[in-house]
Amino acid sequence: MAEPHPDVVIVGAGIVGAACALALARERLRVLVLDSHFAGAGSTSAAMGHIVVMDDSEAQLALTARSRQLWSGMAPELPADCEDECRGTLWLATSEADMQAAATRQASYARRGIEASVIDVGELARLEPNLRPGLAGALHVPGDRVLYPPAVARRLLEHARQLGATLREGCTAQDVRARTVIVQDSGGSVATIAAGAVLIASGIDAPRLIPELPVIPRKGHLLITDRYPSLCHSQLVELGYLRSAHTMSGASVAFNVQPRATGQLLIGSARELTGRDPAINHALLGDMLRRAIEFLPALAGCAAVRVWTGFRPATPDKLPLIGRWDAMDDVWIAAGHEGLGITMAPGTAEMIVSLMMGRTPPVDPLPFSPTRVLAASPPQCAE
Amino acid sequence: MMSRRFEIVVDGRPIAATGDRTLAAALLNAGIVRFRTSVTGEARAPLCGMGSCFECRVRVNGVAHQRACLLVCEEGMIVETES
Amino acid sequence: MNGADPVAMTAVYDVAVVGGGPAGLAAAACAAEHGARVVAIDQGARPGGQVWRHAHRNHLPALGREWIQRCDRSGARWLPGAAVVDGSARDGLVVVQRAESFLVRARHIVIATGARELFLPFPGWTLPNVLGLGGAKALLDAGMTVRGRRVVIAGTGPLLFAVAATMARAGAHVAAVAEQAPRLRVARFAASLLRHPGKMLQGARYRATFARTRFRPGTWISRAEGTGRLERVVLTNGERTWTEPCDLLCCSYGLVPNTDLARLLGCTVNDGVVKVDEHQRTSDPCIYCAGEPTGVAGDTAALVEGEIAGRCAADDATLQKGSPLYVARDRWRRFTTDLAAAFHPRGELLERPDAGTIVCRCEDVRCGGIDPRWTGRQAKLYTRIGMGPCQGAVCGPACHLLFGFAPGSTRPPLAAPPLAALLPDLPDCTKL
Repeated sequence: MAEPHPDVVIVGAGIVGAACALALARERLRVLVLDSHFAGAGSTSAAMGHIVVMDDSEAQLALTARSRQLWSGMAPELPADCEDECRGTLWLATSEADMQAAATRQASYARRGIEASVIDVGELARLEPNLRPGLAGALHVPGDRVLYPPAVARRLLEHARQLGATLREGCTAQDVRARTVIVQDSGGSVATIAAGAVLIASGIDAPRLIPELPVIPRKGHLLITDRYPSLCHSQLVELGYLRSAHTMSGASVAFNVQPRATGQLLIGSARELTGRDPAINHALLGDMLRRAIEFLPALAGCAAVRVWTGFRPATPDKLPLIGRWDAMDDVWIAAGHEGLGITMAPGTAEMIVSLMMGRTPPVDPLPFSPTRVLAASPPQCAE
Repeated sequence: MMSRRFEIVVDGRPIAATGDRTLAAALLNAGIVRFRTSVTGEARAPLCGMGSCFECRVRVNGVAHQRACLLVCEEGMIVETES
Repeated sequence: MNGADPVAMTAVYDVAVVGGGPAGLAAAACAAEHGARVVAIDQGARPGGQVWRHAHRNHLPALGREWIQRCDRSGARWLPGAAVVDGSARDGLVVVQRAESFLVRARHIVIATGARELFLPFPGWTLPNVLGLGGAKALLDAGMTVRGRRVVIAGTGPLLFAVAATMARAGAHVAAVAEQAPRLRVARFAASLLRHPGKMLQGARYRATFARTRFRPGTWISRAEGTGRLERVVLTNGERTWTEPCDLLCCSYGLVPNTDLARLLGCTVNDGVVKVDEHQRTSDPCIYCAGEPTGVAGDTAALVEGEIAGRCAADDATLQKGSPLYVARDRWRRFTTDLAAAFHPRGELLERPDAGTIVCRCEDVRCGGIDPRWTGRQAKLYTRIGMGPCQGAVCGPACHLLFGFAPGSTRPPLAAPPLAALLPDLPDCTKL
């Protein structure tokens, strides 16, 4: 059942680990994937599934753009339960300043060949009649997508296994050394796995294996409604979202609503740094919902089916850690994607595989290099 | 005051009802078979009668996803099913 | 929940009772009679829960009418058509009534949320005109007419008898009554009713009402068939299989305690049952629980437990441990064991679903789409089973029996309220 000596052992079967497993299996490498629970059980299970190009930095823009392109390419193969749809994003402007920011963004997207257009309030109302009046307009990014992350993680891994990869669920990594992972299974027995290389893709749990990794959990809340298929058509996000995603301290909310293939509406976003307590923060949830209703008043009467929380693996410079971990031989990292883990999964996998195989990745890997952590001063953010 | 008869409107047609009847009972008595359509297109109707199963959801006075078994009939109620 | 202003802080009830069936009525009435300020939050349009659901008070059995009148007179405030969707003992209960949401604060809470039916899927069970036994009773009590309809009654337990009788009395033609428990177990249960002569008499009366229909123990539904609605069922006793044309099927397999609110409020729930001490107090000293959520034992047990819970919550010092109330409660509690022993679902019922049988009705998840090696959470995430509006109320207990799935976490909101119910700064109910 277990590979005698895998070429790569991947710690973490979330969306990033699953995408890496598939990409490595395609290179005919022997891959073993470990997960302490099951594929897609961690942050992936709580994620919104918004495939979105974002330009908080050039590096972020490059990787999200490339990764979105890879998702588009995968779309025809994804089974129906992955709920992949090309919904597009409307970044909503509430002021002239927002409209200027939209225009700046449109230009930066255009330089990368990402189709985007600034639309006026009339066109916005035509596209999304349920938005409140008085908005200034929006940036329309039609190529953004929506999918259902746990099902995607599952299917990517199934494909990887068809190509020869092995998955061990209920298997928790306790320690990592050069080319070695010490694991404990759910029965309690401990084993040592030797491999050609180790790839740590365990998100918020990555620091458990490598304490120097500055990945901290940034808690979010989501609410899903009953089915209201015509309430909105694109993913709707306020341009002020970046202000919320920017700050590494305190709690913040931003308007973010996603129509799902099921016709349900998924409502976010909230961010707070309160460790790993999954309990619902009612005050923050209330603020998030109030913001949502401000933009989309009809939401007030929609039936709220369930609320849940999840943890984004956040880093201080808002870029994931992708590449070789120089402090240990043949140990690699693919973690710390904050709210862009789903988006960046295939691009991350491509980058990892390219680096492992000695090829030049299509996206410049330098900004993502985990080495930057070793060079930097201790992390700024406190848990 | 008991059993005053009045009308509610169901899918555009008037149906007799009384104030001591739940909407689910009134709809069943009127021969409604498809209260809602399931995710894969099946006709669904009440199952549990007590608000647990959500199969009896209909649109009432413009508001979607109302459980008919929990609502008492009211004069002038406008109901839309998926019949 | 936000910190409340000082004025609102004084607007606190002594006891909030959730649920308007026998346990809730008894708790509310007895607490209020003892001088407590009581508010009762009930989903139903009228009090009575499932057992005493009524269109007119004169349709009620005497006991039901008595308790409802007693509750009326006690001074307890009644909130009908209201559901608790969120909350905590400390910050108050978030209640939705019609489109309004507000906070109910109380020093003690009595959970009397009753039970719901256990449904086990079989091919065709999602056809219109397939109801649960309790569903049939609820809809009949709510005004559904069945005169001249051809009905099959199936499933298990005392409810089977009661519904067969009610259907016959309402003018339906009861074509078959199929109890899945084997003949011997049913006979033993009937004999055990000698300890509860009132129930034995009630059972005999029910049987007399549908006397013309043969009662078939050891018989269950193999599948239901029809185009767009129920047209016939296939019954089996394990050896013989036969078809019964019908236009209404009432079928369910016992009762499952409603423990969601208890879970939400952080009370200890073991094996699907709320843990309580001899005073009906849960693991949280401010929260009591009475009736079916502490174990399905019927309405008489619920009344006694409700009274104990209500009086304890109202700090009734006259209630002594050795009192007849406690003795009666312990006696009725034994009924739970008798019921479980007699009517637990037989193994053949778990083999009924085929690959195409729908298991989760909210999300149309079919049996073939579920890998039994998965954990419950895994199945939920991969297939969406249990993620719909009912949040596993229907499929959860079935999946526990079919696949061994443990129940998932309980998250707010309960009862799919309008989003506005989760906004901050809700008004206090005493201001409404």
